[in-house]
Amino acid sequence: MAEPLLRVENVVKRFGGFQALGGVTLSVEKGERFGLIGPNGSGKTTLINCISGMLRNDDGRIVFQGRDVTDLPAHRRARLGIARSFQIPRPFGSMTVIENLEVALDYAARGRAAGDDHAAAALEILKMVGLDGKARVVSGRLTQIEMRQLELARAMAARPSLLISDEAMAGLSSSEVDDLLTILFRLNEAGTTVIMIEHIMRAVMRFSERIAVLDAGEKIAEGAPADIITNRAVERAYLGE
Amino acid sequence: MKGRWLLAIAVVLLALAFWLTRTVDNRYIYFSAYAVLQYVVLATAWNILGGYTGYVNFGTGAFFALGVYTSVFLIQAFAAPLLVQIAAGGLVSGLLGLGIGYLTLRLRGVFFSIATLALAVVLETVMINWEYVGGAKGINIIRPAPGALFENYVQLLFMVMGALAIGAVAVAWFIEHSRIGRGFAAIRDNEEAAECTGVPTLKLKLLATTVSGCLMGVAGAPFPYYLSFVDPGSAFNLSYAVNSLAMPMVGGTTTWLGPVIGAILLGTAQQLATVTISSELNLLIVGVVLVLFVVLAPDGIVGLVGRLVRRREA
Repeated sequence: MAEPLLRVENVVKRFGGFQALGGVTLSVEKGERFGLIGPNGSGKTTLINCISGMLRNDDGRIVFQGRDVTDLPAHRRARLGIARSFQIPRPFGSMTVIENLEVALDYAARGRAAGDDHAAAALEILKMVGLDGKARVVSGRLTQIEMRQLELARAMAARPSLLISDEAMAGLSSSEVDDLLTILFRLNEAGTTVIMIEHIMRAVMRFSERIAVLDAGEKIAEGAPADIITNRAVERAYLGE
Repeated sequence: MKGRWLLAIAVVLLALAFWLTRTVDNRYIYFSAYAVLQYVVLATAWNILGGYTGYVNFGTGAFFALGVYTSVFLIQAFAAPLLVQIAAGGLVSGLLGLGIGYLTLRLRGVFFSIATLALAVVLETVMINWEYVGGAKGINIIRPAPGALFENYVQLLFMVMGALAIGAVAVAWFIEHSRIGRGFAAIRDNEEAAECTGVPTLKLKLLATTVSGCLMGVAGAPFPYYLSFVDPGSAFNLSYAVNSLAMPMVGGTTTWLGPVIGAILLGTAQQLATVTISSELNLLIVGVVLVLFVVLAPDGIVGLVGRLVRRREA
């Protein structure tokens, strides 16, 4: 069997006495569309913080493209091809939208991105997410929804092989959700593996080929969307007994 | 292209300064122009860390004074020439910047600032108790001969500081127009997002503290010859920390031009006030202007002008 793109092996993360992740193991295949769901506080964001390197896991390993990245700082992982968007947008507020993308092209994608024309590459990505009209606007002045689009665009500009989208769709209208899904599908077709964290079930179910469910820091289920919906443990986690 | 123009302007400025030393004899002009130029270097240095990267340094006095005392030591020990003093001052203060970066940059925001403030206090205490470089009572320094080119040593120091100011601004310009400058700005705007976008934040922050500290040391190195007397009170003067923070804030922190404008305006105002009103009034002026700008024009003069231009275009 081929080496998966990402292997999370028995990852444990504690905050003081609170165990946020209690030994989570999962693997994501190359080119896969992977969904990560779970009730609030189940450890989804903690898990992707550990994968992206913003947090160091206390135990376990994270292997990306066959390489143990557990001890690498976040910027090295970004350069290897792990990009993420933030749940609460964190734009580089003093820069214009296009400059935000150029940071990613200058740093994360350095040496991997094809071509030197960063401005053109950035504009192309902005077109994809529908922000090209705002390219020269200072990003601190964008609306919340535009900032979400920028989050995704900046992550795309990092030319990732693994894109982690952390609740990019919260608060969007259903047509906006469809637009975003279209973008992610297209990105995936172009070869990017996508992990989607989402509360909007319609979106995750439609998008994901495989879904893992976290509850209280443990993986309680994994499988195809159709199996997850009928899974008893998942139902208990979301609805209680 | 734009860089070539600025280089030409810099050469013209230096030539003008040199021509000035041929034609005007009033020593006081050079004495106060030196002080203003010294602030151009300090404000530019402060801005590389404080303005570009967003880490507010209250310890300018420490880096400046370390440059000063490096020179004093070299004069005492080896009678080293001025250029060696400047290089050594930059090196030592740059190393201090690197060390402080390592120790404190895991601290964010205000905690970093407090640490730099503490650094100045610690270093001043060390110098007060180090007799070899004058200790608490200070030390007299005898200037060497000015050489064949200049009438007197103050003119020579004026030219040297002019060249250093241009050098410092060139460094800031280069940073601003490179990948590094964009990395600095990303750190200032959001450090976590910067790190996740591939920006090596720790490395870049260390670069910023080192370059900033180095330039501050460079600014301090000619100081012993400038005043002919050094004591901890003058080398660690609070006004260095206050001014090098206020000048970029008044001029504008996001471009190389801001600190230059701020240093020239505030520095000249202080020099004039010292002569015409009172030497005690200096910091009061700085304080009032700073408060006005923070409240009314937080982007400084550069930001204010930019806003007016955009409004006219719109």
